[in-house]
Amino acid sequence: MTDESTNPIRDAIQSAIDDHDVILFMKGTPDAPACGFSARTVAALQSLGAPFAAVDILPDPRIREQLSAISAWPTIPQLFVKGELVGGCDIVTEMYESGELAQTLGVEAPKDAPAEAPAAEPAGPAPIGVENRLS
Amino acid sequence: MPSAQELKQRIEAAIPGASAEVEDLTGGGDHFRAVIVSESFSGRSRLDQHRMVYDVFGEEVGGPIHALSITTQTVREP
Repeated sequence: MTDESTNPIRDAIQSAIDDHDVILFMKGTPDAPACGFSARTVAALQSLGAPFAAVDILPDPRIREQLSAISAWPTIPQLFVKGELVGGCDIVTEMYESGELAQTLGVEAPKDAPAEAPAAEPAGPAPIGVENRLS
Repeated sequence: MPSAQELKQRIEAAIPGASAEVEDLTGGGDHFRAVIVSESFSGRSRLDQHRMVYDVFGEEVGGPIHALSITTQTVREP
């Protein structure tokens, strides 16, 4: 089915990876992440003050399919630095805590950056409000 | 719906010498956290170590297994 020679979505993703030193493919946007793992990854990048481009993969399922085909990585988020996959939320969080993330991004961690990867800050209203009344 | 015990057994069966601890984070059978210790990870990048674990489940990751948080170690850490 997939014609390797003409795959505009795959080409667009590859160009986005090539054109941005730091790019995060995530669910939702940095201001309104739609998944806790994406939110946590954004929080780690933001607390290092690292500028990054972000792509929301949710609007079209083909973005995720083609992204995973390029990266050989099944989950979202995915952080790329200088064209290379760095990892998802687990790896980014580990690297944040070991100091490798700042190094990879070529930034100096701010003095007030927390030692542990920051928990995702609640950003705006959740898409669906669920109140736990069970406890 | 997969259980934490099932994930543990499948990881240990698929990755040589692996010992896994798997936790069902929500009790719902779809969000898991796994800590896997195996000497077979040594010499591989962290990306490849995690890929070895994802490969155990193939397309189930992102499907029935909505989220699988992974920590890999070559020797057990305290």
